[in-house]
Amino acid sequence: MSKRIYLDHAATTYTNKEVLNEMLPYFTEYFGNPSSVHQFGREVKKSIDVARDRVAKAIGALPEEIYFTAGGSEADNLAIKGVAYANKSKGNHIITTKIEHPAVLETCEQLEKEGFEVTFLDVDQYGVVSPEAVRNAIKDNTILISVMYANNEIGTIQPISEIAQIANEKKIYFHTDAVQAIGSIRINVKEQNIDMLSMASHKFYGPKGVGALYVRKGVKLISIIHGGSQERKRRAGTENVPGIIGIGKAIELAYQKFDENNARITMLRDKLIKGIMEKVPYTRLNGHPENRLPNNTNFCFEYIEGESLLLNLDMKGIAGSSGSACSSGSLEPSHVLLAIGLPHEIAHGSLRLSLGEVNTEEDIEYVLQVLPEIVDRLRQMSPLYEKVKGGK
Amino acid sequence: MYSDKVMDHFSSPRNVGEIENADGVGEVGNAHCGDIMKIYLKIEDEVITDVKFKTFGCGAAIATSSIATEMIKGKTVEEALKITNKAVVESLDGLPPQKIHCSVLAEEAVKAAIEDYQKKKAQ
Repeated sequence: MSKRIYLDHAATTYTNKEVLNEMLPYFTEYFGNPSSVHQFGREVKKSIDVARDRVAKAIGALPEEIYFTAGGSEADNLAIKGVAYANKSKGNHIITTKIEHPAVLETCEQLEKEGFEVTFLDVDQYGVVSPEAVRNAIKDNTILISVMYANNEIGTIQPISEIAQIANEKKIYFHTDAVQAIGSIRINVKEQNIDMLSMASHKFYGPKGVGALYVRKGVKLISIIHGGSQERKRRAGTENVPGIIGIGKAIELAYQKFDENNARITMLRDKLIKGIMEKVPYTRLNGHPENRLPNNTNFCFEYIEGESLLLNLDMKGIAGSSGSACSSGSLEPSHVLLAIGLPHEIAHGSLRLSLGEVNTEEDIEYVLQVLPEIVDRLRQMSPLYEKVKGGK
Repeated sequence: MYSDKVMDHFSSPRNVGEIENADGVGEVGNAHCGDIMKIYLKIEDEVITDVKFKTFGCGAAIATSSIATEMIKGKTVEEALKITNKAVVESLDGLPPQKIHCSVLAEEAVKAAIEDYQKKKAQ
């Protein structure tokens, strides 16, 4: 068994060689501390500025509005806690959604324990948050609205510009977790009225352990990591220099190759969706049929459970992921699948296959050949399927 | 995360299927929680001569069902009733902590099937 097909790019990507090559000298040759006065420090400081420019340019921000973090989760924490703590005197109400990444959900839940009030908005059957629902949830004491750009499990893209427009009218800060969107969607924070945006390098062929938060000039936000004046006093700690060089190069490449890559990946995605829906009965596509990330597919196969499907695919060399309870170690299936209205027994049978630059048509054909057999075999073993067949 | 033994029973499960006119059938678990095990028994003179299972669930659920059927095949009803989830876990060379409930389910499925047999017999 030598075949290895990686279809879990939403979990993480490999680091692009070109990105890595640009990072490498910053481990050995250019190792200075960017805060140092001497030339060893100064030359590194300059390279960080280049990386900051690249990140800013990719999303239409100013370089001084980019703050490097240790990843997407830290960026989300900084945005939400940073704004909540800094604006306590104005109000204590936060609006978010039920389908956010845990980095946002659990940060908001923590703030609830600390006395903040949080509204978790529902989504429709496709996972879309309604801008009207956001508007209706706004109260006099609302200080922050946080809605993810695109969902990490089901790929649904949110009406971010409309929601940000509402927040802007009401003079409420708007944050978006764009971890899955960077490299897959063109974003301009100024034109779209976005006040804060989180990203993580390892989702767009950069290294792990580095991310960034864009914070519009003028947003009142306090630091959550104390101990130094790095990142203009908003994020203490000696910079992860190679990582920062990496995120800068990775985001530049992602938007240089944007059209070519996304057109090809969208084509493969559609071929995969069409093939699976045609070949496997009792299957549903989760997420929005059109308005979804170019690299995301997410299915529920009724009468089987996600982890056993993943293990079988893995034995055939195919790497995917599942929102099944059993794969996450909790007893509840994915909060996203439950939020779009799926019953527990169906949510247990989910499979996410997320594509990337390396995937080919051949890969998709292989999946379409292998997957229906696996699903059928598991269904033959399932007492639930027996009842369906018996009832027909 | 799984032992080789678990993966072996998961990838080539023993005794999958149904038994027509089974002497005892036990079904435990529910779809809401993501696990259902159904065990069918053929019993002659208080000896389990054949056993089959069907399972909806994760890798551990399938592996525990499979090994449980092996453990009780050829045993007397009395012997089979002594099966414990601990014995199931041991014969699989261990299970991850969050999967222990699957072994409990396997024990319960065997016992439910035997109870069904005993109930039918009493009628």
